[in-house]
Amino acid sequence: MRILLVEDDLTVRAFVLKGLREAGHVVDEADNGKDGLFLAVSEKYDIVILDRMLPGGIDGLRILETLRGQQNPTPVLILSALADVDERVAGLKAGGDDYMTKPFAFSELLARVEALGRRGRAEAAPQTRLSVADLEMDLLSRTVKRGNEKIDLQPREFRLLEFLLRHAGQVVTRTMLLERVWDYHFDPQTNVIDVHVSRLRQKVDKPFDTHLIHTIRNAGYILRAD
Amino acid sequence: MRWPIRSAGVNFSLAYGLVFVLSAGLFLSFIWWNTTGQLDRRVEASVEVDAQDLRQRWAAGGLPALAMAVQDRLDQNVEDDELYLVVGPDGRRYAGNLPGWPALISSFNQFYELSIRRDGFRTQAKLHAYALPNNFRLIVGRDVHGRDLVRHVLTDTLIWAWIMITMLAAGGGLVVRRIFRQVVRSIARTTAAVANGDLSRRMSLTGSETDLVAQTVNTMLERINRLMDGVRQVSNAIAHDLRTPIARARTRLEDASAHAESEEELRAAIDRAVEDLDHVTSIFEALLRIAQLEAGARRAAFTALDLAPLLDGLCELYEASAEEAGLGLVAEIAPLAPVNGDPHLLQQAIANLMDNAIKFSPQGTDITLSARLQQGHVAITVSDQGPGMNEADLARASERFFRAEEARNTPGSGLGLSLVQAVASLHGGTFVLSSGSPGLRATLLLPVLASSTQKG
Repeated sequence: MRILLVEDDLTVRAFVLKGLREAGHVVDEADNGKDGLFLAVSEKYDIVILDRMLPGGIDGLRILETLRGQQNPTPVLILSALADVDERVAGLKAGGDDYMTKPFAFSELLARVEALGRRGRAEAAPQTRLSVADLEMDLLSRTVKRGNEKIDLQPREFRLLEFLLRHAGQVVTRTMLLERVWDYHFDPQTNVIDVHVSRLRQKVDKPFDTHLIHTIRNAGYILRAD
Repeated sequence: MRWPIRSAGVNFSLAYGLVFVLSAGLFLSFIWWNTTGQLDRRVEASVEVDAQDLRQRWAAGGLPALAMAVQDRLDQNVEDDELYLVVGPDGRRYAGNLPGWPALISSFNQFYELSIRRDGFRTQAKLHAYALPNNFRLIVGRDVHGRDLVRHVLTDTLIWAWIMITMLAAGGGLVVRRIFRQVVRSIARTTAAVANGDLSRRMSLTGSETDLVAQTVNTMLERINRLMDGVRQVSNAIAHDLRTPIARARTRLEDASAHAESEEELRAAIDRAVEDLDHVTSIFEALLRIAQLEAGARRAAFTALDLAPLLDGLCELYEASAEEAGLGLVAEIAPLAPVNGDPHLLQQAIANLMDNAIKFSPQGTDITLSARLQQGHVAITVSDQGPGMNEADLARASERFFRAEEARNTPGSGLGLSLVQAVASLHGGTFVLSSGSPGLRATLLLPVLASSTQKG
């Protein structure tokens, strides 16, 4: 993906830049609001990662509002030290697609960036059928099959698997699952998500030879055929 | 133009003195005017009566009778203050003790007050002239020297009295001002002591009107004190509870930098340090969130809320974790009335209680999430059959960073219950921890939305 990173802190910028390039993305960078705005409006990106407090008189929200004012639909992930709920709401209201607070784990950032990039493309064509390898999900009849075998899932398990299928080949973090599948916005102390994923595995992976749901250490889960 | 004196004490005493002096002046002037007027009227009345009498004598016996009556009166007048004069048409003096007709008297129907010469002395006299038949004329009068003397004495006395009153007023003003300052000073002394950091000082109640101020100030100080205690407690806790993981991370990194033998070892140390730092961040976030909740500033997301689906959802989320920990999760959710609340905060609070219950329950026991209506409140209870807490710990459990001795070795920050407490307060509810038998019962009481109480 082609990504624009607008971030003034040198350490954070260099770290994110390196990580995204390692993950195979093409990244442009800007260290102030003016350059960031210029690049964002003149080039075409798949996703923009935007710090909120920037030097140069133009802050992140101004860039975002300008982009949206020009009907530019590029997904924007706001990366900010302003962690307040109100700040978060302000960021999303201004047209941000996701909001992450500093400090952050790179794996979380990467997972969210890839999910956003995917969403930008997937929204164009609504799907009725999702599949990876021999796992198939029919969104209309709400059935799941693996090979010829039908798998019975609880409604929540179905939504969990749907989310993993929609992001097949991408890492999804526990926080993302909690937010998108359960619509919870807090940080549970116990491993609730792990338990739900392991239950899903019992039904989807355990009876079969090849496993599709994999755990990525320090990050989350990925559904892929390999 | 603005009044130049700012001091309330001075203004107060000035006003007091001014009112005092003005009213005394008014009062004394009235006394003076009334007394001297009375004296004058008495002189005039006696002159009129005298003249009436003398004219009757003339009517009865003519000039000889009048002259005799005048002479009689002069003879009998011990005080020597009566003045008479009878003159004929030619101006000849027939009787009386005035030397001659005063030139100033030209009218018969008014009193004259003149300075006359009598027995070689100048004196003040009040005279009235009367016309008699045959162009004879009569003057009756009184020497008012005595009256003037009285008037002088009176004037002097009253002026002195007024001066004394003015001085008293000034003195009184000073006293008033001093009392005023003393009242303000006693308030200022306490507040100054407080401003200098002595928060234990309180205003003394004296039974006077200033008690109203004193009580308000005391209540205010009470609240400040509580807040300060909170801040102190939190900063101590932060100093300790944040220092520990930071120190751990630092030690790990330094140790790895100095002693790591292989890349794996180094990586492992760094990963552990990152975990420690994440822990620090989560403590930070929890603290900020609690502070924000306690400030009462987060009511924007409040909405009328049916708790049953919210609790069902949490049950569904935690059921799997409970099962994995070898616990049963029992949900007893009765029909509930709506409450006014922030769904995300309530989810967070109940999730904290569930996390705790799962963390501390021994295998094979049950956790119960129950909700029911109780006296206008929705009571949400999470109870477990774990070790519970002793009485002393129960009371302190929702303090920030408090961790019971037995829980020291389990993961956690000691902020979970503080957050529940803060969420409860924000919703106008209460959070109660009590001993189950066995285990712990954590109950969140939220007031039912006002408009739905009638329905029950």
